[in-house]
Amino acid sequence: MSKKKIRVVHYINQFFAQIGGEEKANILPLMKKGPVGPGLLLQKLFNGEAEIIATAICGDSYFAENIEEASKKLISLITPYKPDALIAGPAFSAGRYGMACGAICKAVKQKLNIPTLTAMHPENPGVESYRKYTYILPTTTSAKGFKEVAPILSSFCLKLCQSGEIGFPEEEGYIPQGFRVNVWANKRGAARAVEMLVHKIKGEEFKTELPMPKFDRVSPAPAIKDLSKAVIALVTTGGIVPKGNPDRLEAHNASKYLKYNIAKVTDLKSGEYETAHGGYDPVYANDDPDRILPLDAARELEKEGIIGKLFDYYYVTVGNTTAVASAERFGKSIGEELKKAGVNGVILTST
Amino acid sequence: MSITFKENEVKEVKFEKKTSEEIGLKLGKIKIKNAKFGEKSEILNRTLIINLEELRSLLLEDKNLKDVDVKIARPGESKRIIPIKDVIEPRVKVSGSGKIFPGFFEKSETVGIGNGITHVLEGVAVVTSGRIVNFQEGLIYMNGPGACYSPFSKTNNVVIVCTPVNGMDKHTHERTVRLAGLKAANYLGQLGKDIEPDENEFYEYLPFPKNNSSYSLIPRVVFVHMLLSQGLLHDTYVYGIDAKGILPTIISPTELMDGAIVSGNCAAPCHKHTTYHQLNNPIVEELYKRHKKDLYFVGVVLINERTDWSSIELASSYAVNLVKLMDAQGAIITEDGGGNPETILMALCKKLEKEGIKTVLVTDEYAGRDGASQGLADVTVEADAVVTNGNANQLVTLPPMDETIGELDTIDIITGGHNGSLKSDGSIEMEIAGIMGSTCELGYSNLTTRLR
Amino acid sequence: MTKEIERVGIPTVHMCSIVPISLTVGANRIVPTIAIPYPMGNPELPLNKEKELRKDLLKKALTALQTKIEKQTIFK
Repeated sequence: MSKKKIRVVHYINQFFAQIGGEEKANILPLMKKGPVGPGLLLQKLFNGEAEIIATAICGDSYFAENIEEASKKLISLITPYKPDALIAGPAFSAGRYGMACGAICKAVKQKLNIPTLTAMHPENPGVESYRKYTYILPTTTSAKGFKEVAPILSSFCLKLCQSGEIGFPEEEGYIPQGFRVNVWANKRGAARAVEMLVHKIKGEEFKTELPMPKFDRVSPAPAIKDLSKAVIALVTTGGIVPKGNPDRLEAHNASKYLKYNIAKVTDLKSGEYETAHGGYDPVYANDDPDRILPLDAARELEKEGIIGKLFDYYYVTVGNTTAVASAERFGKSIGEELKKAGVNGVILTST
Repeated sequence: MSITFKENEVKEVKFEKKTSEEIGLKLGKIKIKNAKFGEKSEILNRTLIINLEELRSLLLEDKNLKDVDVKIARPGESKRIIPIKDVIEPRVKVSGSGKIFPGFFEKSETVGIGNGITHVLEGVAVVTSGRIVNFQEGLIYMNGPGACYSPFSKTNNVVIVCTPVNGMDKHTHERTVRLAGLKAANYLGQLGKDIEPDENEFYEYLPFPKNNSSYSLIPRVVFVHMLLSQGLLHDTYVYGIDAKGILPTIISPTELMDGAIVSGNCAAPCHKHTTYHQLNNPIVEELYKRHKKDLYFVGVVLINERTDWSSIELASSYAVNLVKLMDAQGAIITEDGGGNPETILMALCKKLEKEGIKTVLVTDEYAGRDGASQGLADVTVEADAVVTNGNANQLVTLPPMDETIGELDTIDIITGGHNGSLKSDGSIEMEIAGIMGSTCELGYSNLTTRLR
Repeated sequence: MTKEIERVGIPTVHMCSIVPISLTVGANRIVPTIAIPYPMGNPELPLNKEKELRKDLLKKALTALQTKIEKQTIFK
């Protein structure tokens, strides 16, 4: 049986391409036929099942400072070769190289829709930024670890191209991409809980099914100096929308945020506004939506001159089971709009 | 107990002292294989036969109901049911004090403690449906790829479709439907009173172990059972009392088996504790399985989930104190609902671990459709032993069925659904968050998540 | 969301009933509110008292926006 040889393009930086060190880190993307540098060992390890038809090369600094341009240029150079897969690196601890490897894998997957694979040290910043878009195998910090990771890289590449079925990190050896996937366990949750507790009390080993994450911190934005001249905006995750929910904000796991003009509104009245949020008793909010979005009080303070102006729009979404990543996206987008509009402070109410 | 009469002497009454091993609740399971309508309500050859008119008239005694329809959905049939408020298992007290679902109908007595026998119509579920109260109601598929996500695809479902009188407020609507469900379950349960069960399971009454007992060497474990109590469609009832107003308390696991806890909540159908789940609590069952083997199941602590921080602080401290009084070395804490309740879950974890009591938390996740999001709203470093029952945001596409019991178009607005969930061909694209019991936080099913 | 808006440089105050979640996720300025179904109200109060309560909570929030802080701060 003769299997078609898998055609691989290998991406490396200027150093591993033996072009030069830091002084050559600004070189533009280029292609060379066949394997180069570390590609030679990978080629050998493919044992005839795959071959590196071409090597893509770019300077680490150029890539790091021009990610989009560099990716575009490399795609246009790689495409004519019609590869079946792309391997990038390994980048070990080199930060710019790791980011470049991740970026090129992401771009190639998106534009050419072929499997991609790279390798670097788990703490390389390329992991955090790109693990969702490709498979990253762990390496040691220094390039001395190449002999170790090369066979793993080549066999993973073959598996990726031949069967396409990659299991979980524990079995396959890649750095977790960060996707939680539903699976069926052998025992029901209650039985697993009792089992876990007995082990824990006895001081025996056990494995949690949901490790606790760490949240990042943001430095506090500077305080408002003169409130009487400030533009304040109201934002809520409590789901207050015009009656009838005309833009169909979801009761849970919101896919969007909305903004409504309140320039002429002084009070959110029952019957004109309502809540779309499915996670709390709606009666009190529907009776008086100001209980969630304090528009009436804000207008009064504006009239009294305590605040300069209430922003003409309010923003709303639903916090009920909405994924944290969505909330982050909404927050970024709302933040940018408010900044452009010259808003000086934001009051965000949640239920 | 023996009574001997001696002539001219005072009546002597001797009580033979029963050891705790003999005191408990016997559950007699009648394994029902089918359900259908018929002339007389009875159980014949393990088929549940229901006189439709009799059941309807019983439920319509409540003048808050304009109309009631009863439908049957059997496992494997091409049917789906939506929107669903609660699921209840029919049971009946054969002997012992009280009635099933104490606090709701006749005068209350404690149930399930002391000796007693309760019969269970295993394989039957009463499902309450009808016009939607609010968008937290759910869906069950009896067949096809959607069936595996709900345990109620395997039960013979007697669906009570309720139409309330016009203009009814939401709170009354919910209560009316809740009572209808319990009444229907009791009506069906009664049919099993004189039937010989297929299987008997004995659940021993659990007094706190004495210090010098032979069980002093195995770890003492408590089940901390969180109960949603945050308002309309987010409430739970203990002996008929709204859990919003209770202090955390101790309850015997066998009281749960006789319906001491009734559900009034539907905060996300995937992890709502239905009354069925409260009756068939899997944590209780699993702890009993290993009781006196490698653990001593001391008992159950109930804690409600309030909506203001100072009540939460009080309740969690109070509950921790109860766990300490029970001299526990370990506790399993199950969450009810998601989001804000995670604060209570973490507060309990922190406080118990501080007292040296080892905890395991049981929950589910909202990790986004791609599973990449942080799945819990609150976290704490002490929560190092967590069991997860799945990511409720998982998207599924479910085929059309021959029959939909209830109101299909509500799928667009219920939790798990979205604008456009219902496709023109009758198929549904939704998150499993909308399927009854798909990520039950009592650990009822085998769904879990792994990290890719 | 509070954090992301703050990240672009606009001071943002989070008004919520369950403070620990806000602390864990990382909001910098937090004002505790009444209860989940009615953070800025209280149905048990007569309407005028309820409106006063709302205004007071809002004033607290505005004070928070005017206060220079170094780390996460709860404005009670």
